Amino acid sequence: MNELLDRYAEVAGRDVVNHLCQLATHLKGMKVVHVNSTKEGGGVAEILRKLVPMMEALGLDVKWEVLEGSPDFYQCTKGFHNAIQGFPVELSEAMLEAYETVNAENAEKLRPVLEDADFVFIHDPQPAPFLNFCPNRHGKWVWRCHIDCSRPYRPVWKYLKRWIQDYDASIFSLAQFAQLLPHPQYLIAPSIDPLSEKNIDLPEEEIMGVFDQFGLKPDLPLILQVSRFDRFKDPLGVIEAYKQARKMVPLQLVLAGGGATDDPEGEKVLEDVRKAAEDEEDVHVLLLPPDAHRTINALQRASDIVLQKSIKEGFGLTVTEAMWKGKPVIGGDTGGIRLQVVDHFTGFRVRSPEGAALRIRYLLHRMDRLEEMGTRAKRLVLENFLLTRHLREYLALMIGVLHGLEDRIDMVQ
Amino acid sequence: MAEQVDDKSPLTQPFNIRDCALVSMATGYRAQNLREFKEGLLRVPEGSIYHHFWGRFLEPQFDEPEYSNDFAAWVYHRLNEKALAEKLSVIDPTDYEDIESVRQELVERIEDRLYENEFVPWTRADEQFHFVRSQIVVLDTGRYLEIPSDLSSGVPEMTIGSIFYHFIDARKRTEDRSDDFSAWLTGWGDTYNDLRLKLRAVDPFFSSLKELRFTVTKVLEEYFGGGNS
Repeated sequence: MNELLDRYAEVAGRDVVNHLCQLATHLKGMKVVHVNSTKEGGGVAEILRKLVPMMEALGLDVKWEVLEGSPDFYQCTKGFHNAIQGFPVELSEAMLEAYETVNAENAEKLRPVLEDADFVFIHDPQPAPFLNFCPNRHGKWVWRCHIDCSRPYRPVWKYLKRWIQDYDASIFSLAQFAQLLPHPQYLIAPSIDPLSEKNIDLPEEEIMGVFDQFGLKPDLPLILQVSRFDRFKDPLGVIEAYKQARKMVPLQLVLAGGGATDDPEGEKVLEDVRKAAEDEEDVHVLLLPPDAHRTINALQRASDIVLQKSIKEGFGLTVTEAMWKGKPVIGGDTGGIRLQVVDHFTGFRVRSPEGAALRIRYLLHRMDRLEEMGTRAKRLVLENFLLTRHLREYLALMIGVLHGLEDRIDMVQ
Repeated sequence: MAEQVDDKSPLTQPFNIRDCALVSMATGYRAQNLREFKEGLLRVPEGSIYHHFWGRFLEPQFDEPEYSNDFAAWVYHRLNEKALAEKLSVIDPTDYEDIESVRQELVERIEDRLYENEFVPWTRADEQFHFVRSQIVVLDTGRYLEIPSDLSSGVPEMTIGSIFYHFIDARKRTEDRSDDFSAWLTGWGDTYNDLRLKLRAVDPFFSSLKELRFTVTKVLEEYFGGGNS
């Protein structure tokens, strides 16, 4: 067995990797292309960084291409992102023109690779029009939506739909995100990579090192939210929850986030967060570089409780990461957080800063429950949200798309 | 006890270990109240009923489910209809002729509740029930078990996909709606009746596939390890 597959077998189980090999036998040698809009920052790039080598290790011929955009283009696609999550966004003709021009130019550059592929996975709205610029495509094209699409802002969704409807299939993270489209819609939750810098086990000194590095107090309980500085992640709500909880129990809060190259709004939100935290000695706002994976790993492991108080969330990979490290999560009652945070078992789902404050106090008061929930959280991730499960579903989907809409596809010779 | 192999019976052929992978798909049907839920149940493809009873085992799930199917869990957690949830939870699809009969039973129990109740129970817009179906890809592992005692070493090495296929999915395929292992053992006449009864007594509804593999392995170890073979 390939060395990479061996390493996954050690974490996820030999049987799990054998299963992947079985499935991949039927797809060996197929040319697969993934396209997204950034190599760094954000959950999509993180997933692709490991999904692509794993597919290669299983014998598929895989390429990962990245679209190059202009500031106008990213402004427009950030607008799409917000609109898909339900926020009313007006997009000017000029912005849409920039979107279409960047797509036409990038698609032209990549056309030979895309038209030659057996499978093309287009991630999120940024490169969605690629399909229309590849008239001689021969493979199957799948649009993968990583965003909470449960109540998209209709005018923007109608615009995007015209680029998406001709795909052979689409993938959404949860059933409630699926939209009316004239092709099969698959449901695949994302995953984390247990072998990445962000998730591997760390030596104790490295974990404890974050206290010195960021001026944290080792004797105070630490609560943490890791996320982009984005209004839907509700960092201001987290600070509010902290302020309410610390009236009853001493604690410190770290809000750690990185910027993604395709998120021009981050700076404004970061400024608001800094303002809200300026009089709080034990609130630490950390703007980390996109490659600070190990630091985030150490911060998550050093924390007592992890928060992800999002008001909208595609899936919430930071929740998965925290749970993998055995931490209970207090998460917003939305999107993919519901799939991971099982109320009272792996953490708590909340709908307000007051709710978050209450659960912080409860867990810090009941350390036995905190430990127990953390252990369960880790097991839930091990069995359901590792890269190996994600890859299994991609492979099954590829076989499914090749065989049409049948419920049962018998590959037994 | 020596194994009596009847070469003429196709059931005493080696047991071919299969594997499967499942991927879920949206059906486009959803429900926010009990009446819409009933309408959805009447309209969704059979594969969706199957999925919410069985396919869910191969999906992300917490390993301590309170109810034996997704329908009952939603009715309790989102509509707060505990009595109805209990009535839906006791429906065992293997007791019915086919999926259509299961569908009719579900609808009938919901109709009874709608008849009793003056109000139609509702939930929030973001807590709707989304009917899902699935595609199952069945694979040949190329591995075989020659004789029944091979089960005790073969089962612990099976993937959860194989466990799903042979122990859960089999209930839809086998004549007596049991698991494939029990069905294979019938090929040896009455020799393995005790073991078949023990395997059939394993309730698959309330555990994850990993736990199920553990439970079945334990049954096999106790049987073959106890000098009964």
